[in-house]
Amino acid sequence: MPAFLTYDFIQRAFLAGVFIAVACAVLGLFLILRKDAMIGHGLAHIAFAGVALGLFLNVLPLVAALAVTVAAAMAIIKLKDRTRLYGDTAIGIFSSLGLAVGILLASMARGFNVELMSYLFGDILAIEPLEVGLAVILAAAVLLAVKMNYAKLLFMTFDRESARAAGVKVGRLDMLLMVLTAVTVVLGMKVVGILLVAALIVIPAAAGLQVAASFRTAVRVSTAVAVVSVGAGLGLSLVLNIPASAAIVIFCFLAFGIFSLLKKGRGSAMRGPG
Amino acid sequence: MDLIVLRDISFRYDGTPVLVDIDLTIREGDFLAIIGPNGSGKTTLVKIALGLLEPSSGSVEAFGKPLREFSDWQKIGYVPQKATHIDPFFPASVEEVVGMALLSNRKPRARSAREGRGEILRALDEVGMADYGNSAIGRLSGGQQQRVFIARALVTSPKILFLDEPTTGVDAETQASFYDMLDRLNSREGLAIVLVTHDIGIVNKHVTSVACLNQRLAYHGSHEDFCQSEVFRDMVSRGDHLILHEH
Repeated sequence: MPAFLTYDFIQRAFLAGVFIAVACAVLGLFLILRKDAMIGHGLAHIAFAGVALGLFLNVLPLVAALAVTVAAAMAIIKLKDRTRLYGDTAIGIFSSLGLAVGILLASMARGFNVELMSYLFGDILAIEPLEVGLAVILAAAVLLAVKMNYAKLLFMTFDRESARAAGVKVGRLDMLLMVLTAVTVVLGMKVVGILLVAALIVIPAAAGLQVAASFRTAVRVSTAVAVVSVGAGLGLSLVLNIPASAAIVIFCFLAFGIFSLLKKGRGSAMRGPG
Repeated sequence: MDLIVLRDISFRYDGTPVLVDIDLTIREGDFLAIIGPNGSGKTTLVKIALGLLEPSSGSVEAFGKPLREFSDWQKIGYVPQKATHIDPFFPASVEEVVGMALLSNRKPRARSAREGRGEILRALDEVGMADYGNSAIGRLSGGQQQRVFIARALVTSPKILFLDEPTTGVDAETQASFYDMLDRLNSREGLAIVLVTHDIGIVNKHVTSVACLNQRLAYHGSHEDFCQSEVFRDMVSRGDHLILHEH
């Protein structure tokens, strides 16, 4: 084992990173297939308000961000249902509001200090033991909730009307998916930062979708891409002393590129010459 | 036994009446065709029967219970109108598509994974798709996809199956074998079938009763009587976007 892996803070970063990456990849698949890929981006903006609130009130920012983002996720669903807003409008409204509130709170506190920057750009190597515990437990809870509702979520994502006719409570599942996404976004922001967390949700899942003929395969490939990218990104950041968040996202993108080429190659092979 | 009872159903959409005072009962073993011109409310009526739409007035009972109290959804199968809303690139294998309905309708650990897979394969075998379990759903033809969706509706061993225009865009040969399969399910398994269709040819050949809609229920009874009825003659003389052909 390389010497740097014996450091506690690095082990903590890998442990939290892997759990969060798996949760991001699995949820990302459902979100992309529901055409809700940008929800991660929107909720990340809202998480920014939560972090700023935490720093303003001197509460653990991760906890404040969790509370604010989950509440906003539920409000987005309610707003969508009650006002019949088109597509991503509700997300657009809440994410802009989140960013505005965040900026306001940050300026009322001490301005954009180092800690706030660490949430914006991610700083997984600085993750505290308490945050690791919280991240691992919450990521495991997200995965357990998905596992328990796997068939229903898949049914609803594939064919919402038939799922309803089969007695699946799609409204409750929409809410569950939003809450799980909110939790995952908040956890992911510690790994890659608010500005890049959507990438961790979207890109590994998009890579898996390039090559998978079944949902199970898509889950496996996406999860592998996310875990390998987090591991490789962290490793590279330690070796080259570059930001881990950027390295992780670039590895995700490289994987997406490789799988896209594989898909293209397969398509050409199936079409045959001429 | 009465499986679905619709009483005094009316439905308005943005103030415009779509269905008016519909009374319809579907019994065990029925093979009912719901026919009518475009916009006559056929799909709306099916969606009300399934609880997908709330009627403006009237009530629905399923298996003797008001629909609000009904929870035994595995007894009702549904194949929606040829699924244009389904993403052709969705990464799901045929077994996964059929398994969605089975696994959504059970309590955790109610059956083992092996038993569940057995039921999925049986349902696929029933519709002649047993060899396609690992195929991606998007790679199948329209007719094959419809068979898979029927397998998905059958996998929970329903007592009644609703099909909304199941053969739209499917070639004539595939249609014929498709309806033969429905005949078999109806006569051998005693499965009640409710078929929304434009195709009077189907009505003549396969179904046992007909409900003719045009906002109101213009006719409901045996298909033999329907063919002699004024309603049928009117529909044929008007054209009414119905398909009339020999199979």
